[in-house]
Amino acid sequence: MIRIKQIHKSYVTGQNSLHVLKGIDLDIAAGEMVSIMGASGSGKSTLLNILGILDDYDSGEYHLNGLLVNRLSERKAAQLRNRMVGFVFQSFNLVSFKNAMENVALPLYYQNVPRKKRNLIAMEYLERMGLAEWAHHLPNELSGGQKQRVAIARALIGNPKVILADEPTGALDSKTSLEVMDLLQEINATGITLIIVTHEHDIALRTKKTIRITDGNITEIIMNN
Amino acid sequence: MFEIDKWQEIYSTVQKNKLRTFLTGFSVAWGIFMLIVLLGSGAGLENGVKEQFKGGATNGVWISSGKTSIQYKGLKIGRPIRFTNEDYKAIKTTVSGPDHISARLFLGNNLVSYKNEYGSFFLSPCHPDYGFIKELEMLQGRFLNNIDISEFRKVAVIGEKVKSSLFKGHDTVAMGKYVKINGVLFKVVGVFRDFSRNDDEQKRIYIPISTAQRVFQGENVINQISFTTGDATAADADLMIKKSRALLSQMHTFDFDDNRAVNIWNKNEEVRKFRSLFAGIRLFIWIIGIGTIVAGIVGVSNIMMIVVKERTKEIGIRKSLGATPWSIVSLIMQEAIIITSIAGYIGLVLGVGILELVAKKMPPTQFFKNPGADFSIAVMATILLVAAGAVAGFFPAMRAAGVKPVEALRDE
Ligand SMILES: Nc1ncnc2c1ncn2[C@@H]1O[C@H](COP(=O)(O)OP(=O)(O)OP(=O)(O)O)[C@@H](O)[C@H]1O
Ligand SMILES: [Mg+2]
Repeated sequence: MIRIKQIHKSYVTGQNSLHVLKGIDLDIAAGEMVSIMGASGSGKSTLLNILGILDDYDSGEYHLNGLLVNRLSERKAAQLRNRMVGFVFQSFNLVSFKNAMENVALPLYYQNVPRKKRNLIAMEYLERMGLAEWAHHLPNELSGGQKQRVAIARALIGNPKVILADEPTGALDSKTSLEVMDLLQEINATGITLIIVTHEHDIALRTKKTIRITDGNITEIIMNN
Repeated sequence: MFEIDKWQEIYSTVQKNKLRTFLTGFSVAWGIFMLIVLLGSGAGLENGVKEQFKGGATNGVWISSGKTSIQYKGLKIGRPIRFTNEDYKAIKTTVSGPDHISARLFLGNNLVSYKNEYGSFFLSPCHPDYGFIKELEMLQGRFLNNIDISEFRKVAVIGEKVKSSLFKGHDTVAMGKYVKINGVLFKVVGVFRDFSRNDDEQKRIYIPISTAQRVFQGENVINQISFTTGDATAADADLMIKKSRALLSQMHTFDFDDNRAVNIWNKNEEVRKFRSLFAGIRLFIWIIGIGTIVAGIVGVSNIMMIVVKERTKEIGIRKSLGATPWSIVSLIMQEAIIITSIAGYIGLVLGVGILELVAKKMPPTQFFKNPGADFSIAVMATILLVAAGAVAGFFPAMRAAGVKPVEALRDE
């Protein structure tokens, strides 16, 4: 599903150039559930953003589902994201003026699904998340766990091949974190590839494979049983 | 289907961001509103003052006698000048140029009756030419003629208001009837309408000046001489006035420059003065109007830039969910265009509404009447503001749509 070879990425700010990813090689098969761990600033989010085509890389090769992703036009990238990738962020990233249902339905808007139909589908997903009665609430009326479940529903609705989650439980208490992890595991069980960036060991332990990044390099790949 | 969906998406964003919508729309609505009120007031002012010049030819000159105010040839100041028929004849025969000329006598309000109906009306003895000078419209019959003058006929031409107040009930026909003016019977030979908006002008009675002098005065005194200058240029008209003044100053022994001895009112000159005044006012209104529009453009541009900045995060989210740059740009642009169009329309309606209200509720005064804005200008201004909003939104929207999603998402 995901194949990257010798990915390099530097951030250039003014005169300084910060070499963040220093030749990453990684293969993730379809249906895998993988966690990425590493110290703060080691480049985890940078890697995940490249995988989600939210950012470019400087050199190397990235194949997503067999397709070479390199310097795509924004339009192409947008279409690929829409069809292939779902995102779950630490800070939820819900559109503040849209209610839960509309937030969930948004990816379908960009697939030209008619409004009635996409709201109907969004309701189904919210039901699956146990949030049916919150459908018409705005994000700021929801708890952190509820918001994250809305975000997960939104990531799922477009039928993505891969879900990328950057510290999905980072803003949640431990009980809610476990609930969210249960959800993610269920999702993985349906065959969707899942990549989770996390700082927490017990979260990482619930994935099949943990990739450790140290200072821009993959230093360790641990199989969890 | 997709298009309807887009409108719905825009509608829901607009509806849920009321303050932003209001701020964007307000500067446009305000600009258009101010422009219309401004243009309308200007037009009202101009219409009002133009009314003042209605009734009476625009090339008319009125010369009235007064009192001397400058010592001349040992004669004392304050000496009243009294025009007579001789002055009228002298100007008529020696000053070339005027196409109509008339003398007038001021007899003030007089009691006039027909059968049991009474009224007090302004009696205005004159020559037949005065009908032209005053540009009277004859509703019935005729104005005075030369035979009336030479035969001292007791005939009267009455205003429509005179007719309506004296001739009522069964006796609605005035023509050929005899009205009693100050105890003397005059035969009604015509009914006129004066174009002046002044009601008093419709309550006049014109009679032959010769008859009036004989019946009511017993002298050959006149109070005013008036003429029209035909097709003469302003300079030629001034020359006619100058010649008349010279003639009168010689006949009555007063200083040529004594503006109080004779009072000359040159309507053409007044009209010209007002024309240039209004050209100035119009220019002024345009400058302010353009300023208002520019302020509106700047306002819309600023708000659009702020709006795009404020929506960076949302744009990042949309992009992460698969929004193409074009869909982002068109969303922002269409939103801007819709808001500014509706706001412009509201400003248009409010502005026109205010003007209509003023026109209806406020009685037309001497200086203000029928305010009305040029609608096409207002529509043009609205289109201009909408375009400005679109352009102002376009560049920041393009920039926002072009940034990498990571960067947009990082925005707080
Ligand atoms: N847009 C940017 N411009 C410049 N430097 C950046 C930018 N984004 C990230 N960095 C730097 O790159 C390095 C890696 O950042 P990244 O966000 O990938 O770390 P991370 O592993 O996700 O850390 P954390 O666990 O704190 O989220 C950090 O030193 C960060 O300061
Ligand atoms: Mg990170």
